[in-house]
Amino acid sequence: MASDLPPPYTALTRHGMLPRTTHDEAARFNFLTHFNRHLSGALGAGNKQAYEQRVLPAFRAEHGREPEHRYEIRDAMNRDRWHRMWSALKRNSMEMRQHFGRQVVLRQLDELDAMAAQYNEHSGLLELDPSVDQPAYQTAVDIHCQPGGYHSEERPGDVTVGANYDVGLFATVGGALGGLNDGGGQAVVGWAKAERPDWQPKRILDIGCTVGHNAVPIAQAYPDAEVIAIDTAGASLRYAAARAASLGVTNIKFVQASGEDLSRFDDGSFDWVQTTMFLHELSATAMPRILEESFRVLAPGGLILHVEQPQYSDEMPLFEQFMRDWDAFNNNEPFWSAMHGQDLKQVMAKAGFPLDSQFTAGVRAVVDPDIFPPSPDEGEEDFGRAAIWNAYGAWKPDAAQSAQAA
Amino acid sequence: MSEELDWVALSGKRAKGKRPEYFDDPALDRLYSTVLAMAAELSAARERQDTLERLLEAHGVLPRAEIESYEPDRSAGEERALATKAYVARIMRGFQQEAEAISADDPPIMEVVERLSKE
Repeated sequence: MASDLPPPYTALTRHGMLPRTTHDEAARFNFLTHFNRHLSGALGAGNKQAYEQRVLPAFRAEHGREPEHRYEIRDAMNRDRWHRMWSALKRNSMEMRQHFGRQVVLRQLDELDAMAAQYNEHSGLLELDPSVDQPAYQTAVDIHCQPGGYHSEERPGDVTVGANYDVGLFATVGGALGGLNDGGGQAVVGWAKAERPDWQPKRILDIGCTVGHNAVPIAQAYPDAEVIAIDTAGASLRYAAARAASLGVTNIKFVQASGEDLSRFDDGSFDWVQTTMFLHELSATAMPRILEESFRVLAPGGLILHVEQPQYSDEMPLFEQFMRDWDAFNNNEPFWSAMHGQDLKQVMAKAGFPLDSQFTAGVRAVVDPDIFPPSPDEGEEDFGRAAIWNAYGAWKPDAAQSAQAA
Repeated sequence: MSEELDWVALSGKRAKGKRPEYFDDPALDRLYSTVLAMAAELSAARERQDTLERLLEAHGVLPRAEIESYEPDRSAGEERALATKAYVARIMRGFQQEAEAISADDPPIMEVVERLSKE
């Protein structure tokens, strides 16, 4: 019973940039952690019951057939009184997480900004480029209901959005990402080390890095490599670079750039291109562009790896697809639904990665098991937020393999 | 403390993007927001009390077992009973007053307003 209880908020590692929380601020995050688990576990089961007991029978009676698409289930469930209540609870949880996080950050913003400025002035880890446009898919709505998205400022040069993202992630994922919220990056490292124990990539590109919580573990695991972590959002990068510097990491650089235009990098200049929970935050035209650019900058024999929630497929029940779609319509994730509906293997193939060079792998957050319990398994998982992912990847064929294939 | 920033007002900034309406009556959407925020505050207050009790015990001021086994004497019991009764009355006021109104036969307030403007 006790073993699956989430750890207290105070178990988070206090790196140099993490906003300090008072007793009650930490307690509010503890409440949200438990509240979210309750919503996805005990109460989440009510959605399936409502669907099977009354929504699906009513649909069959009205249409004389089974639902054929997750959107049909969504339309029907959005009229169900239980699902509406559950969605209202969950939406409020997301909004409270933002509000609580922003209170923590904004009341100490002077200190945080000063500290970030100090780190960034001396570390050399930050390279901003104000000429980089904020893409429409980042500004159409504030993703995750995070006020200001990843890119906005409360005042010039501030770190609000990055700090707020870092300080509240614990509550949203129920403490499943570990002390540095880096369970995703640690999982990627664990996979790579197991897959190719002797592989020593020299240059690594992380696209869409936000606060660098998944790129830093890669830099730490490959100290001889140079990691370039890019994002269009300078406001997040200011926090990311300061955070990495406070952790003593020196072989990473945070560069403001768009994955759609990697022209600053030569062909074949990276051994590894990584994205973690990023592709779903793009758009239908941006995603293939980024994959094509990734293919171009990746050296033959190099690795491309995307960590995402599972793609929807014909094998995935429509009801599960509908549940996984909740964030698209209720938590400002507008590309989530379309992205997960695509056949990512075909998209990767069009970008240049032959189907036979591709693979998928299951990865699970790697955290300190003494403090952090494993993420709840299937059946109780918080769809879209569980720290259990699918990795979609490819080893780019080298010249000899390409010739052989041709 | 940030002097120039109104952190209380700024922290509640709305996220860009239309918010779904979950209920037919928007008042219910608002009520959920308030009730859940208050649930979070109560949880934080309970956690703070737990911290206090543990620190008091750790500093040798008050064993926590004494709290669990505490039994009020007659006078303390009466004081607490009255406080609890008053508390229940406060949080249930809306229900209590609606029950009373069933037999009150009040006219709409507009009738009173119009009558007093003439009489």
